[in-house]
Amino acid sequence: MNYLFAHLPKVGTLLAQHVVLVGTALALSIAIALPLGILAARNRRIATPLLGTLGALYTIPSLALLALLVEYVGLGFWTAIAALVTYAQFILVRNVAAGLRGVPAAQVEAARGLGMTSAQRFWRVELPLAFPVMLGGVRLATISMIAIATLAAYVGAGGLGTLIFEGLDRQYPAEALAGSIPAALLAVLADALFRALERRWTRHLTPRAAG
Amino acid sequence: MLLGPSGCGKSTLLRTVNRLVPLQDGRVLLDEADVARADVTTLRRSIGYAIQEVGLFAHMTVGENVAIVPALLAWERSRVAARIDELLNLVHLDPHRYRDRYPRELSGGEQQRVGVARAIAARPPVLLMDEPFGAVDAIVRASLQEETRQIARTLQTTILFVTHDVEEALRLADRLVVLRDGKVEQYDTPLAILSAPATPYVGRLLDARDVIRRLSLLRVRDAMVPGTSDATMPEILADASLRDALDAFLSGAETLAVRAGASRIGTIAYENVRRALRAQTAVGTLP
Repeated sequence: MNYLFAHLPKVGTLLAQHVVLVGTALALSIAIALPLGILAARNRRIATPLLGTLGALYTIPSLALLALLVEYVGLGFWTAIAALVTYAQFILVRNVAAGLRGVPAAQVEAARGLGMTSAQRFWRVELPLAFPVMLGGVRLATISMIAIATLAAYVGAGGLGTLIFEGLDRQYPAEALAGSIPAALLAVLADALFRALERRWTRHLTPRAAG
Repeated sequence: MLLGPSGCGKSTLLRTVNRLVPLQDGRVLLDEADVARADVTTLRRSIGYAIQEVGLFAHMTVGENVAIVPALLAWERSRVAARIDELLNLVHLDPHRYRDRYPRELSGGEQQRVGVARAIAARPPVLLMDEPFGAVDAIVRASLQEETRQIARTLQTTILFVTHDVEEALRLADRLVVLRDGKVEQYDTPLAILSAPATPYVGRLLDARDVIRRLSLLRVRDAMVPGTSDATMPEILADASLRDALDAFLSGAETLAVRAGASRIGTIAYENVRRALRAQTAVGTLP
């Protein structure tokens, strides 16, 4: 704890880096996972191999994936982002697809019968009804990204992992803790935030399985 | 009214009208216009659609659900708001209590009322109803049926109604189509079908020999003898069914005075009921 308070500005900077890493990766991940998830929800033939591939990527140990990426992409910010985005895809695509498939058939039928175009049906009915499940995916993806992003320091992308690696190198546990405690708190905070959002959104819906 | 057992194609037929099911052959004409030529979105917005599962949008309030089609048609906000209240009153839901509630807070019968209000929100000339009252209990169903009949009459809406419930079909239909295995077995008024089933299947399905059922489709007004009545006679309404009249005779009445509005317009006796039934059977059996 002493280390943390003595180096507050440094910890703050690294925390900010960490948040930027996760935030950027999250935005990119969602931008990729949304169309993939929609595709998987509408086409089962694509869904199985797609989720299979993403699931396989998800099982690669993160350190190994980073080492592999360094080989091809080099060191730096975008290498870390690439790894984070890769990990998030499985959770996000799965939940986007599950959310859309879980929209009750009667509501889709009513939307068609009342004369919504397919775009209106998606934006006004399917997306809002699938949103809680999708948000569950975003929550899980964010938490695991916060953890995995500590490894970003390993490829020179900064973040709270810097303190953890330095602390381990110097056999100085206080410094390692100054990295890991804020990371853990960040994950808890993100979890609470997304849960609150989910609750707000599902208030009026019939209870449904969380993602 | 489309009547038939499950799997006979009645829902499919209904859904060809708003093109939820594409036609492979033949045409569907609405006011002489081929629905296949219309723009599908415009077509659906001009046809009301209510289904058994209701399908109220769970994330929208009752008011928002009812306002869907007017919103799609880009009505002015104030006009939509007024229309929501008007519609909720029409389906006997107090707008102040129900407008801002969510579908999951409503009972099955209330949900179906909202579903009907949503279907007729933009005053469609045609309303498609696919077993709309199949999932509610008998008491709620009866009142929904009565309200639907009133709505159809006040709004001058043509309703195409799918059901497998014979009682419901006979109670609501002006004209009845009996379907079996994708084919039309008979198309006529309920009374004509009951009097002269075109096939043995239709006869079995409707239990056409049931005299009481036929009497319930005939009205006192059409069987009575016009003229003056005795002040001591018990009364019956002109729009009551002959089944009601028969009830009165069975419980001891000899002759009933027929009342329409404020005045008595004639009398009816058991003999008139018998004659009406015989006449109707005779007409019905003509080729």
